[in-house]
Amino acid sequence: MEDTVAQSERMVEYLGVADEVAAKYAGLRGSVIPVLQQVQERIGYLPPEVMKRIGERLGVPPAQIFGVASFYAQFKMAPVGKYVVKVCHGTACHVQGATAITDALCDELGVTDGATTEDGKFTVESVACIGCCSLAPVIMIEDNTYGRLTPDEARKIIREYGD
Amino acid sequence: MAKTGATVEVTVGLSSCGIAAGAADVFSAFQREFKEKGVDARLRRTGCVGMCYREPIVDVVTSGGAKYTYGGLTADQVGRVVEEHVVGGKPVDDWLVRAEGRELPDETYYDQQVRLVLRNAGVIDPESIDEYIEVGGYAALTKVVKQMSPDDVIEELKASGLRGRGGAGFPTGIKWGLAKKAPGDVKYVIVNADEGDPGAFMDRSILEGDPHSVLEGLAIAAFAIGAQEGYFYVRAEYPLAIKRLRIAIEDATERGFIGENIFGSDFSFKVHIKEGAGAFVCGEETALIASIEGQRGMPRLRPPYPAVKGLWGKPTNNNNVETYANVPWIISNGAAAYAAYGTESSKGTKVFALAGKITRGGLVEVPMGLTIRQVIEEVGGGVPEGRSFKAVQLGGPSGGCVPVEFMDTPIDYESITKTGAIMGSGGMVVMDDSTCMVDIARFFLNFTQDESCGKCTFCRVGTKRMLEILERITAGDGREGDIDLLVELGEQIIGSSLCGLGQSAPNPVLTTIKYFRDEYEAHINEKRCPALSCKALITYDIDPDKCIGCTVCAKKCPVGAITGERKKVHTIDHDLCTRCDACRQACKFDAVTVR
Repeated sequence: MEDTVAQSERMVEYLGVADEVAAKYAGLRGSVIPVLQQVQERIGYLPPEVMKRIGERLGVPPAQIFGVASFYAQFKMAPVGKYVVKVCHGTACHVQGATAITDALCDELGVTDGATTEDGKFTVESVACIGCCSLAPVIMIEDNTYGRLTPDEARKIIREYGD
Repeated sequence: MAKTGATVEVTVGLSSCGIAAGAADVFSAFQREFKEKGVDARLRRTGCVGMCYREPIVDVVTSGGAKYTYGGLTADQVGRVVEEHVVGGKPVDDWLVRAEGRELPDETYYDQQVRLVLRNAGVIDPESIDEYIEVGGYAALTKVVKQMSPDDVIEELKASGLRGRGGAGFPTGIKWGLAKKAPGDVKYVIVNADEGDPGAFMDRSILEGDPHSVLEGLAIAAFAIGAQEGYFYVRAEYPLAIKRLRIAIEDATERGFIGENIFGSDFSFKVHIKEGAGAFVCGEETALIASIEGQRGMPRLRPPYPAVKGLWGKPTNNNNVETYANVPWIISNGAAAYAAYGTESSKGTKVFALAGKITRGGLVEVPMGLTIRQVIEEVGGGVPEGRSFKAVQLGGPSGGCVPVEFMDTPIDYESITKTGAIMGSGGMVVMDDSTCMVDIARFFLNFTQDESCGKCTFCRVGTKRMLEILERITAGDGREGDIDLLVELGEQIIGSSLCGLGQSAPNPVLTTIKYFRDEYEAHINEKRCPALSCKALITYDIDPDKCIGCTVCAKKCPVGAITGERKKVHTIDHDLCTRCDACRQACKFDAVTVR
């Protein structure tokens, strides 16, 4: 377990990121979503303190920031793994066996769908269509897309990232 | 571009699906080979040519201008193509899928297609404005700004018969006319590229393959309605589309096609990109506008329509990607040429994303009026061998499943609506006899239930209750009266929801009940899944006459449910079996049976 000093140091860093990103959007309309996107891009998720700080900097009530963040699927309230394994569950992937892919990955990593492995390396996440339907079933890790998978192939890909 | 020149041209299709299939590796392999062997050939990149089933796709255009297409090429095969074809001048026949003057099976893929929207996709380099200009790009915008009045443009659009390609099919010219007429000096135009329908990738392919055509269409719309600013609202899940769009906007600004005082006129136009944050409901225009404004993406009551009161309360025109991509073609070639394609009420072409249980899945563009059967069988090559075609899902979660009996329905807005489905944005997911229609209904309800924004009670709670009923039916716990309850709930949700999401969410359930009621009844009354798909209702066994005791299935079984000695018949413990299908896939003797 990380000590509290390290934790609070990290929070200071996170708040600095929030300040920096919010400053770029000062006075611009409709900036809540891009600010949340860029902050999450840099620190991985949106802790409550960070959302509060973004609200202060943009002059928007924290409740409204939280309202927006909780509405959209992209925003994460808890840290995610180093690699987020997005398993496409669009229609084409569904009829081509996406459920079996999710089952195999969860089994391989010993987690449930949506959860992160203990070592913080992988998060398995079922997502809506990523638009590579003709290669169904498909998974996406970082910006890499893997298609025409079987459960065994999906396991193999994860092992490559694990090494 | 099939340009004739002194050197051979090699073009690699680098769209998201191509890259997922390994096209980036193929591209670098060509780069390496050319450099190492000192080959004097030009290496180009292009977008999606639509033959997704053949990715990665490589075109070789000889110095004489003849074009040869290779499909399913791997990086390992590049060396031979370079040596024999690029250098040696002799095509590698084994890997060719299309070539002028040869009768290869893939030639028929394009026979029924008319590519207006996809005119440049898979032809030009989407990251090069020069290539776009060379094929006539920005000529329409030039014509509009220099020679036409806003009313001329709107009249031309009306005469073309173009209707909104996002799904609802509202006439585009009329929509633009309303936004132009709306009082106000400040107006906006929006491109809806929040392609949320699962099973649809038309907009992604257009943006990745020909971003300038959409940008040009948007600028023409801005000129017509009198807008000064435009927004692209693009899904964050489409990073390559966003990247290419950014390049397109930068280049077009630099060349003066957008920006201040375009072509010396008093028309100025600025463009922004907004990345969607993952909410299906943002495909609805009022929700999309709320999202651009930085709010939760929740729809509001219309009227007032966005044409009168839209973004930041100002008159706003909103169309989807494909609609805008049609516009430059219509302006350049004339409304009459466009209206020559299609039917009485639905003019022009429609792009479809063919996927699911289909031999040649990909991105296709056909004239309106072609039948569903023609698209699936003649273009898509039908379902893979050994399976029978059962239904096609049109319109995603807002649409419905059209059964095989209605395959001769012509593709136009009204005819498709009559089947209970909708034209939708163009997702066409083909299903065969191994697809369970109750499970498909459950799948879509699971999606819409999750994506309901929660504003309207019937949508928020009703979809949840419908999903629960569908879950229990597929789990083998269906009760008598469940079908009637689904229909009743569905009708109430349709009647009591504010936006298109709720009004159409029950469609996949209602159409499957209408056409496949017997499947629902089999699940409820006989506890049987006719498609052998619902895990709770199927049983795996080993056929003692076919099993030779090779032990492969026992080794593959992840839960140790299969036992048996080597060279003796194996058995499956039904209590342990999770019906994961691993044994059936592993057995080389077809000894694993499902019932």
